[in-house]
Amino acid sequence: MTKLGMALAAVLALAAPLPALAQNVLTIGVRSEAATLDPHWTQLSADLQVQEHIFEHLVDLDSSSQPVPGLAVSWQPINDTTWEFKLREGVTWHDGEAFNADDVIYSFDRLKAGIEGATASPAFQLAKGGKSWVNIDDYTVHITTTGPYPTMAEDLAMIPMVAEHVVPGKTPSMDFNSGAAAIGTGPFMYQEFSPGNRIVVTRNPNGWGGDPGWDEVVFRPAGDDSARLAALLNGDVDMIDYPPTVDLPALRENADFVVSTISSDRLIYMMPGYRHMEPYITANDGSPMMNPLRDWRVRKALSLAINREAIRDRIMGGASLPARNIVPPGFFGHVDDLVADAYDPDAAKALLTEAGYGDGFRMTIHGSNDRYINDARILEAVAQFWTQIGVTTEVDAMPRAVFFSDLIRGGADGFPGFDSPKFSMALTGWGTVAGEATYTVSGILETCNAATGGGNGNFGRYSNPSIDSRSVLAKQTIDRDARLALLQEATRMAMEDYALIPIHFQVNSWAMRAGLEHRPRTNERTLAVEVSRTN
Amino acid sequence: MVEFILRRVLQAILVLFVMTVLVFFGVHVIGNPIDLFVSSECTKACVDAIMANLGLDRPVWEQYLIFLGNLMAGDLGNSFTFGVPAMSLIWERFPATLELATAALVIALVLGLPLSIHAGLYPDSPVSRAIMALSMLGFSVPIFWIGIILILTFSVRLGWFPAIGRGETVDVLGVPVSFLTLDGLHHLALPAITLSLIMLSTVIRLTRAGLREVLTSDYIRFARANGVRETRVIGWHAMKNILIPIVTVLGMEFGSVIAFAVVTESIFSWPGVGKMLIDAISVLDRPLILAYLIFVVTMFVVLNLIVDILYSVLDPRVGRSAR
Repeated sequence: MTKLGMALAAVLALAAPLPALAQNVLTIGVRSEAATLDPHWTQLSADLQVQEHIFEHLVDLDSSSQPVPGLAVSWQPINDTTWEFKLREGVTWHDGEAFNADDVIYSFDRLKAGIEGATASPAFQLAKGGKSWVNIDDYTVHITTTGPYPTMAEDLAMIPMVAEHVVPGKTPSMDFNSGAAAIGTGPFMYQEFSPGNRIVVTRNPNGWGGDPGWDEVVFRPAGDDSARLAALLNGDVDMIDYPPTVDLPALRENADFVVSTISSDRLIYMMPGYRHMEPYITANDGSPMMNPLRDWRVRKALSLAINREAIRDRIMGGASLPARNIVPPGFFGHVDDLVADAYDPDAAKALLTEAGYGDGFRMTIHGSNDRYINDARILEAVAQFWTQIGVTTEVDAMPRAVFFSDLIRGGADGFPGFDSPKFSMALTGWGTVAGEATYTVSGILETCNAATGGGNGNFGRYSNPSIDSRSVLAKQTIDRDARLALLQEATRMAMEDYALIPIHFQVNSWAMRAGLEHRPRTNERTLAVEVSRTN
Repeated sequence: MVEFILRRVLQAILVLFVMTVLVFFGVHVIGNPIDLFVSSECTKACVDAIMANLGLDRPVWEQYLIFLGNLMAGDLGNSFTFGVPAMSLIWERFPATLELATAALVIALVLGLPLSIHAGLYPDSPVSRAIMALSMLGFSVPIFWIGIILILTFSVRLGWFPAIGRGETVDVLGVPVSFLTLDGLHHLALPAITLSLIMLSTVIRLTRAGLREVLTSDYIRFARANGVRETRVIGWHAMKNILIPIVTVLGMEFGSVIAFAVVTESIFSWPGVGKMLIDAISVLDRPLILAYLIFVVTMFVVLNLIVDILYSVLDPRVGRSAR
């Protein structure tokens, strides 16, 4: 017995954790854990935010998602269909090898060849515009497209660079998680990947961007909202993403903690269905009726009936930005003079009466309950607002695993090669990852067309030729001013027609202990280089 | 015994087969995982390409046959999310769950047996009543609530324990375990207590009820009349008879604790298989869901078998009839 006790004590003594030698450690509690460190594997934010500490892009995005020089120092169109990228010289990979154009070509080729088993590689960014690439010298790359292509820099901001001397022959995902292929150029280097528990990166002493400010950064997943908050409160972690919205007011009051917020690129909106008959809309007595949502006055009435301030204050803990735009302020394409509709139920009722629906109708609205911040609660609030003006609205909220497939192709009237959406009115979101509106206008406002890829997020099947022409033209207009004018015209038209009913832009929030300062990012990622000490 | 085991294995294979059919087609009906993974900018052509790459464009029965074929070859496929073989993910995380479940079982037995013996011997004492009330609470209060309250009390307010994650690990025979380090025990305490509550309550109630019944039986009275020491009467003669239902229930309970420690693992961000399963379901990671359920069914069959064998050790009559 005593022997066993002594042995146990010895083991405990040996195994007791050594005091941390690194002085500057930042521990971040994150809602979703990163599943892979292979930067060509996914497009999920949880993966990307960890990967971006290790791997970099030719083009970086600043905190409001605008392109700035990354591994490329400059880029310009040299003719209508070719962009020239000048690479940064003197950059080395974490193993000391020099970075040059061969790595760029290899990264592009790896994606183009396709990664076996990858569910969501960013390869489609390379396919857009029919890009092809060639290296002119060690630090110059030309990218050619089939037609004029304005958003080259934004696209390349989504393509991470991997090392040509490391990655060939390695297994996708697996060898990156083990660290064997996780050699990047970024401010931090791979240290440990312990799935579900912790991911650790350490300072890259030779980073071209200088000292990242932290010797070590630890990501710890804590999916449960209250547990993540508890971990911050008791000091397990220094900082968390997505603090629960109900606790935001209390956190702001507390001097021991700091909250950082910034409006995100994610628009939350109600998408009306435009078919002549909609499955989830009936007259008050339950009999089928022609789709009232095809009348813009009905859509406007529904928009006026939503109290967006109440949603912000009562549901979102103050963290939302009521909207009547498709991209947030500061983004290329935002229209400044479009402000969110004020709550006006009387005007809404009057409009309904004018449109011939004074007695209202019945509608079931759908949405996810685990995808967007407080999505199910927003859906319930919207239903109540609409019921108040006489449109008897029921709510059907479901897990995202069910919702999105139905949203895209669950309709009864689909046939092979032609997807039909299921819902008549759905709450959904759209994130403008590229920081500019070209692909937002194209994605959610253009007429759905599988051949051109236009309207691939247009699940209400809205169709407006005036918007289509501007969107198609914008995708080929390199001149920034002309493109901005086209995008803003298209946005204005859509908003005046109530093509969709915007609710708000989500606001990203982080909470951290006092003594830290964070420059928040529009694109929801938590980057250690943007966190610094104030004491 | 051999025939008995063989029959069990054949049953297990049948169960496995039926389960894969149900789960495979069930998960297929829910939705398309690609819709959850791809960027919103990915066009229909891009989605179709990914579907083809993963073989999801084939008819579902064909996908099922391919799956069965791979299963025969021992390949359960790669996880959509992680891009590594599903089985390797399970093995990677299983030690954490097993450790948590074992810790919970140990707590349940070490605390539960003495408490319940006390409650069984002195059923009317106030302490016994308190113990029984506690066991009632353990059954009826939801685990997630207990977990949150423990976190709020012991980690936020008192600061004694960490709120999330698993502590430092050391390798024992190549398996990382955390219960041999102080840091690991520190992290293990709250989730293990939370997870143990239901098992603890089960042990208390079963042992007490069993003890009350057995104590009135003849052989106990004769043992006492024979002058056998009271500790031996209770600890050996009475216990031997009570243990059978306890082993049965705990065996099953232990299985479900391992398989579905989901709630506890989620609350405490414990890097185990339960949390992984929930994440896999929410993004429809089909290979991972299937692999996990196959794993669980196999585990239950093995546990059942162990329980049956333990019976025959504890109660020779069972062993004879099985033979």
